Amino acid sequence: MGAVAPGIGPTPVDAQSVETQSQEMDDYSSPELVAYGKRSPYVTSMRQPVNGRPSPDEFGLVFHIGTPLQDQVGAITPSALHYFGTTRGSFVPHIDPAEHRLMIHGMVDRELIFTMDELKRFPSVTRLHFIECAGNRSNSRHRTIIESHGMTSCAEWTGVLLRTLLEEAGVQDGGEWIIAEGLEEVKGTSSLPTAKAMDDIIVAYAMNGEPLRPQQGFPLRIVVPGFEGILSVKWLRRIKVVDRFYMTYNDYGHLRQDPSDAALSYQIGPKSVITSPSGGQELPGQGFYEVRGLAWSGGGRVSRVEVSTDGGRSWFDADLRGTPQPMAHTAFSFNWTWDGSETVLLSRCIDEIGQIQPTREEVAEFWGRPGVRGQDNSIQPWRVERDGSVHNAIV
Amino acid sequence: MRSFKLLPALVLVGASSVAAQSPTFGLGRTPAPEEVLAWDISISPTGEELPEGSGTAVDGALVYRRSCARCHGAEGVDGRAPRLVKSERGSDEDPWAYGRVLPIRSPYATTVWDYINRGMPLNREGTLTADQVYAITALLLYWNDLVAEDEVMNRETLPLVEMPNADTWAPLPDWAPGQPRWPGYPY
Ligand code: HEC
Repeated sequence: MGAVAPGIGPTPVDAQSVETQSQEMDDYSSPELVAYGKRSPYVTSMRQPVNGRPSPDEFGLVFHIGTPLQDQVGAITPSALHYFGTTRGSFVPHIDPAEHRLMIHGMVDRELIFTMDELKRFPSVTRLHFIECAGNRSNSRHRTIIESHGMTSCAEWTGVLLRTLLEEAGVQDGGEWIIAEGLEEVKGTSSLPTAKAMDDIIVAYAMNGEPLRPQQGFPLRIVVPGFEGILSVKWLRRIKVVDRFYMTYNDYGHLRQDPSDAALSYQIGPKSVITSPSGGQELPGQGFYEVRGLAWSGGGRVSRVEVSTDGGRSWFDADLRGTPQPMAHTAFSFNWTWDGSETVLLSRCIDEIGQIQPTREEVAEFWGRPGVRGQDNSIQPWRVERDGSVHNAIV
Repeated sequence: MRSFKLLPALVLVGASSVAAQSPTFGLGRTPAPEEVLAWDISISPTGEELPEGSGTAVDGALVYRRSCARCHGAEGVDGRAPRLVKSERGSDEDPWAYGRVLPIRSPYATTVWDYINRGMPLNREGTLTADQVYAITALLLYWNDLVAEDEVMNRETLPLVEMPNADTWAPLPDWAPGQPRWPGYPY
C-alpha cells in the first residue's frame, strides 16, 4: 500500500484527514502505475468547454474545449490537455487501427489504399506545429486565458508528408484541390489547395512521442501547418484529388462575404499572448517576476517577440526559448520587477515574413470599422491592479 | 454520369493488375472500383457523384416526421437541434441575414444533400436511402422557398436549384508557401 501523506503541503490536522488522504493517494509502486504513469494529484490543470456552448451538449456531442495555457510550461501542450475542437459537435469515434484504411483517389494516376502499418513504413517527418481554431477570439467578457486563447495548442507531430503519398498516387493535371474526410459520425470533410498538400501537410499518426490521442484523431489525421484548425481533419480515412473547391459542409460553414475576411480567416496571423501573469491570476506582491508567454504565426517562424510592461509606452525584446520552428508555438520570457503600481502587460509577435501582431485598435483603424476582421491575432492586454489581481483589459 | 465515371476506373484496374503496386515505395494496394464507389460520398457543386434516385417535398414530409422531427421540430424551427428554416430577418437583397441555416445559406443545394446523406439522422447516419435523401432535401429546400412542393429532386435537377448565395461568397486566395495572409496588410 505504501501511500502516505506527502511531505509537502499543509500538515493534516487530524487522523481522519490523514486516512481520507491516504485512501485517495495513488500507489506509485502499483503494477498499473509502474506500467503507465499518472500526474500528481496536486497538479490539477484542466481543459474546459469554451465559446458559450456546453461540451458534452444535450446530445452528448463535444464542440470546443480549451487548453489551460495559463499552466503550460514551454512550447509543447501535453497531449491530454491539447485543445479539442470539432466542426460542429461530434462524438469521438472508436477506431481499431488494425481495421483502419486511408484511401487516396480522384484525379490521380494510381488510386491507393493503405493500412496503418503501410503508412508507418513510409519515410516520416517529425515536426513541431501549433493548431489553432478560427474560433479562438478574445473579447472583453473573457476573464481567463483559457477562454480568450485556449483554442490553440502545440505538439510534436510524426507522420508521412502528404506530398509523399500524393506522389505515389500521381496527381493529374487540373487536380488543384484535395478534400480530406474523417470517419466520425458526420464524416467531417474540408477542401484544401493541392499547393498546400504538396508543401507541408503531415498525415500524422503520432504526437508527442506516442500514437495520437482519440480526441486528436487516433489513429490518423492531417496536420495543416498554419491554417485554421478545422482543416486539420481528424480520424482521416479518405483523400480525394479534385478540380475545385468542393463546398463541403465544413467549407460552407466558414464562408465569408468579403475576400479580405476570407483570406484573413484562412492563414493564422502572427500572434502571441502572455500566459503568466494572465487573467484570473494574482501576484503575491511587488518584486521580481518572469513574464512568460507563447508566440506563433501561420506565416512561418517567429522572429521576434516584444513585451511591454507599461501599457505599450515602451517595448523590449523578450527572450525566445530554443530555436523557433515554422508554424509552431515559441515560448518567450521577460524579466520584470513590479513596483506595485497598476499597469498593463502586452506582448507582440513579429514573424519571419515581416507580419506584425496588431492591437485591436490598429486593426479597426486599418479597415475603418470596429472589431477584428478575420482570425483574431490581436494583442492581448492584461491589467495588473495594485492588489496584484490580473484582469483582461480589453474594453 | 455515374457510368462514365466507372469506365476509366475499370480500365485503370485492368491496366495496372500486373503492376498493382505504386512506383516508388511499393506500399498500398489499388482499391477495387466498387470500393471507391462505396467510399466516395463527396458530392461536388455540379453533382457528378450523385446517385440515381428521386423525391419531392411531399415524399420528404413523411420521412422527416419519422426520422428528423423529434430533434429538429415538426416544422424545422422549434426543435432542440438547429433550425432548418431561414430566419425572417433575411431577404433576397441580404440572404446572409437568413442565418447560418444550411438549406438557405449554402451556395449549392448539393451540400444539403451531401450533409444529410453523410451525417443525419444523428446516431443513425447512413441509414437513409438515396430516394429518402432526395425527398428530405426537397422538403428543406421547399420550406426555404427554393423549390415547389411537387418539384422532383434527382441528380439532374438538384445541382440546378438556384441558391440565393450562389454568387455572394468570397473565394479563398491562391495560396503559395511563405505568402502573407492578405497582400498589403501589415498584420
Ligand atoms: C438525435 C437528434 C437528431 C436527429 C434525429 C436528426 N438531427 Fe439533424 N442535427 C442534430 C444536431 C444536434 C445537429 C447539429 C450538430 C451540431 O452542430 O452540433 C443537427 C444538424 C443538422 C443539419 C445542419 C444544420 C445547419 O444548418 O448546419 C441538418 C441539415 C440536419 N441536421 C438535418 C437532419 C435531417 C434531414 C434529419 C432526419 C433525416 C435529422 N437532421 C435528424 C440532431 C438530430
